[in-house]
Amino acid sequence: MTAYGKGDSSSVKPILIKGGQVIDPGRFVGIGDVLIDQGKIAAVGANLPAPAGCPTIQAMGSLVLPGFVDLHVHFREPGFEYKETIQSGSAAAVAGGFTTVCCMPNTNPINDNQAVTEFILERARVAGLANVLPVGAITKGSEGKELAEIGDLRRSGCVAISDDGRPVMNSLVMRRAMEYARAFDLTVVDHCEDLHLAEGGCMNEGLISTELGLPGIPAAAEDVMVARNLSLSELTGARLHLAHISTAGSVRMVREAKARGIRVTAEACPHHFTLTEEVVRGYNTHAKMNPPLRTWDDVHAIKEGLRDGTIDVIATDHAPHATQEKQQDFTEAPFGIVGLETALALTLGLVEEGVLSLEQAVTKLTSAPAVAFGLKKGTLAVGADADVAIVDQHTQWEVDPSKFRSKSRNTPFAGWKIKGQVKTTIVGGRVVFEAGSSER
Amino acid sequence: MSLKRKDLLSLAPLSVDEIKLVLDTADSFKEVTGREIKKVPALRGKTVVNLFFEPSTRTRTSFELAAKRLSADVINFSPSSSSVVKGETLLDTARNIEAMQADIIVLRHSSAGAAETLARGVKSSVINAGDGWHEHPTQALLDLYTIRERGLGFEGLRVAIVGDVSHSRVARSNIYALTKLGAEVRLVGPPTMMPWGVERLGVKVYSNMDEGLCGVNVIMMLRLQLERQGRALFPTIREYARLYGLTAERVKLADSGAIVMHPGPINRGVEIAPDVADSLSSVILDQVANGVAVRMGILYLMSGAG
Repeated sequence: MTAYGKGDSSSVKPILIKGGQVIDPGRFVGIGDVLIDQGKIAAVGANLPAPAGCPTIQAMGSLVLPGFVDLHVHFREPGFEYKETIQSGSAAAVAGGFTTVCCMPNTNPINDNQAVTEFILERARVAGLANVLPVGAITKGSEGKELAEIGDLRRSGCVAISDDGRPVMNSLVMRRAMEYARAFDLTVVDHCEDLHLAEGGCMNEGLISTELGLPGIPAAAEDVMVARNLSLSELTGARLHLAHISTAGSVRMVREAKARGIRVTAEACPHHFTLTEEVVRGYNTHAKMNPPLRTWDDVHAIKEGLRDGTIDVIATDHAPHATQEKQQDFTEAPFGIVGLETALALTLGLVEEGVLSLEQAVTKLTSAPAVAFGLKKGTLAVGADADVAIVDQHTQWEVDPSKFRSKSRNTPFAGWKIKGQVKTTIVGGRVVFEAGSSER
Repeated sequence: MSLKRKDLLSLAPLSVDEIKLVLDTADSFKEVTGREIKKVPALRGKTVVNLFFEPSTRTRTSFELAAKRLSADVINFSPSSSSVVKGETLLDTARNIEAMQADIIVLRHSSAGAAETLARGVKSSVINAGDGWHEHPTQALLDLYTIRERGLGFEGLRVAIVGDVSHSRVARSNIYALTKLGAEVRLVGPPTMMPWGVERLGVKVYSNMDEGLCGVNVIMMLRLQLERQGRALFPTIREYARLYGLTAERVKLADSGAIVMHPGPINRGVEIAPDVADSLSSVILDQVANGVAVRMGILYLMSGAG
């Protein structure tokens, strides 16, 4: 498949990763070695013999994981290169252990046609870091009116379709998109937000929006669209993926839908299981994202959804914005935060808290997202692309946005001390990131 | 004594003593505004900049007069004629003003939190003259002053705030201040105009105006923003006026000595009947007059001159 826009990796040398705690979800968990050859996983097991002249990475005390798969990033290229480029975004990805990222189509121009898709894949190939897989638009210009050339998008390398950020409000158009996407077994991704209910809103609607005098976005704005999408998925049989769910109501509905056999997967973002709307106080624009930070009840529901499997995937919704944009007053500032370089540690926080087992957490960053979009990624199975993250689980570090590989600094986690750091990232058998050897 | 704050952004964090200090200080300036020569040298050599990103005649004029009567130098800066249209951010605009040695910046802005954002970025004192739907602290302070001037005590005082509370900065500032001072605050209006969970700020909510006005000492009407019709907040101005307009009949439901307030500008015949606006119980023009004295007091306290 041409979608994995990487260079030829078959010529790279073998690598043996020795003695780490390998977690390949559903396949292998234990101390062991991982042998990489020809850009593929060649073997996983205890005490693998090193081929002659094979470089060895000592991983004792570290976790050896499939490279992470992020179903939700915004790399801003083409059109908004001052926020992020495919190069800088890929660098941030691999620094965070992500070897595969799916970039949303809300660029300028919108990725609603083959030319933009090919451009993205070419820029990703030149960057030569992560696998950057485009998500195509559902409708032309993401205007919610006419279907984009979804067949073309699929053929040129898009791995899913979404009008992220500009959700399809017309339910008939959404129904047709779901039906049409079935022809290509493409997952339809929706950012669930009723634009009428949310209109003008810039934070969760609740007591804090009342106190701050900020226009609110009610939880219902998400819930009604989750309900609609689940109904349409049931009607059409389409594979539905719900982006960044943030409300207790969404979790409840997805749980019920899954029990009834609807083909739905759901993702949650680290900020939605870590922070609440309280962080907005002081009109902190780094706490402005869409969907907005919600209440403690919602955070608990998201965690419970992650724990019981209702929420399959952890995705970042990495949304870079320039400093001057986030320096505007709260209502003017754009929605979104960067997430690729903090996601691992925040996810491991759920392990430390006892919400997830380590294997569950890894699953939600690797195999589960791969399954949601039907990607042959997120696994250390023999023959799979050799995308690997070697992680130090317990090292504490302080988030310093000035050290991000991302071009943007918009994070609410600046100054946080969090645990879990990526030591080495391998993509297609090539080491693309090593901690310490860091130049920006 | 002075306010130990760099800025006046919100009444939510102010103590009862601080509020009373402002009112007492305004008292001494009220006397000045009654003199033939309405000017004192308290702020001579200080510079006050009125930075108004939203159109406002009343508040800007009131601040300007207040500053001039304190002998400060006053600059009025409004966005239509400025670099704002050239894309300069609020903070950059303010830093430029600060570089010209402004001591106090009075900010009016359409976005909630704009004053707080500004205050964090500049060394000058910032006075919030209204930020979005958030707060309008000087308006509430002049409302309190006017209530007190009418001989009404705050403890146990029953105040009905009537209208579109959701979109009202005046309402929020008054809710914070009045509840703090021990008044019983009632909010009256259609549920479409009540912000989520507002009861938790210590107020009672009434959708029936007659019930809400029963026995109150102060009726504070809010301006209906007519352009909000069509936003599904209310069906027609006609129905709104029938359900939530203050008529002479309705004033009778209140305490016999009740006063009628309005932050202006009023929509005669919509939220308030003309005969009520012009009645003896109306203190609408006292509010305007007191606005100057209260703002003199605030400028004086904020300048550090106290």
